[in-house]
Amino acid sequence: MGHRATHDAQQQGTGPLDPTTRRLLNDYQHDLPLSPTPFADIAAQIGVDEATVLEGLQGLQESGAISRVGPVLQPRRVGASTLAAVAVPPERLEEVAELVNGYTEVNHNYEREHRFNLWFVATAPDEEKLAAVLADIERRTGLQVLDLPMIEDYHIDLGFPLQW
Amino acid sequence: MVIHADDLRARDVGEREQEMRPDDIDRRLIAAIQGGLPLVSRPYAVVGEQVGLEEREVIERLRRLLDGGVIKRLGVVVRHHELGYRANAMVVWDVPDARVGELGRCLGQFDFVTLCYRRPRRRPHWPYNLFCMIHGRDRGAVLEKVEYLVETCDLRGIEHEVLFSRRRFKQRGAIYQGASEAGR
Repeated sequence: MGHRATHDAQQQGTGPLDPTTRRLLNDYQHDLPLSPTPFADIAAQIGVDEATVLEGLQGLQESGAISRVGPVLQPRRVGASTLAAVAVPPERLEEVAELVNGYTEVNHNYEREHRFNLWFVATAPDEEKLAAVLADIERRTGLQVLDLPMIEDYHIDLGFPLQW
Repeated sequence: MVIHADDLRARDVGEREQEMRPDDIDRRLIAAIQGGLPLVSRPYAVVGEQVGLEEREVIERLRRLLDGGVIKRLGVVVRHHELGYRANAMVVWDVPDARVGELGRCLGQFDFVTLCYRRPRRRPHWPYNLFCMIHGRDRGAVLEKVEYLVETCDLRGIEHEVLFSRRRFKQRGAIYQGASEAGR
C-alpha cells in the first residue's frame, strides 16, 4: 500500500518531488564521484547532509523510481548479450512471457505492438551459452526466436534528463 | 534461427576494435556492483571487502572501466515508467547499409533517444537494421519525437516502424552469471 502511494505520487510528475530528490534523480545519472565518500560529496554539492542523500536514494530505490545506483554496462563487452524477438500467437502471450521470465539470463521482457510482440534482452557469460538459452526457448515454445545482437552503439549514454 | 552470411560478417565488425577487455578481477568487481552499489558512506570500501580489493583499487579499476568504455556510465539508473514516462517505443529503421553509421550517430545525439544500436537484419522476417528507444510522457509525445527525428536526420522515405511497449513482464539490470561465478 505504502509502495503504491509513493509510486503514484511520483507518476504525477511535477508537484510532489522536493528539490533534493529531483537533483538526486537528475544530476547523478552519470559521473557518480569516484572518491571514497561519493554520497558525502553529493551532499556537499547540493547542500544537505550525507544521511539525507543516502536515505533519499534508498527511498527512491524502494519505491522503484530508480533501479540502482551503479553501472550501465556496454553490451557485449563483459559477457554476451542480445535482443530477441518472438511472434507469439496472442492467446499464448502470457504463457510464453512467463516461460521467458523464468530464465535468469533474461533481464528485460516486454510486450510490444507488432506481429513480433515479445521482446527480451538476454545475457550470458559467452556467445555459446547465450545461443543455448535462445535455442532452449525455441525448443520449449515451438516458436522461432529472432536473434538481434548489437553490432554498433551510436548513443553516448548520459542518462535521461527528466522534465518536471 | 535464421543466420545470414552478412550477419556473421557484421558480428566481426563489432569485435574489430582493439577494445579494453576486462580481466577476471574486473569481472568480479562488475559482478559485485551490477545490481547496485551499497548505499553506505564508503561504498567502494564495502565492495572492495567483497571482492578482495583495497578501496583505492576499486576506484582505480572503475575509473579504467569507465575510460575504456566497458562501463558506459556510473550513477543513478532511473526507471522511466515509474517517473511518469508512460510511453516507450522502439523505433526500427531499414537504412541503407552505407548510411547506418551516419544516421545512427544523428539519432543517437538526442537526449530523448535512450539507446541507438545497429543490429542485423533477419530477412525475410525482419528487414530493419537500426534501432532506437524513445521515452515520452504519452504516445503523442513519442510520435512527435519520431517525426522530429525524421525531419532532422533526413530520414524521409526510410521505412520504419514504431513499436510501443504494452506490458512490461520483467525489468532489471543485467546479471552476468559467469562473472558472479568467478567471484565465488
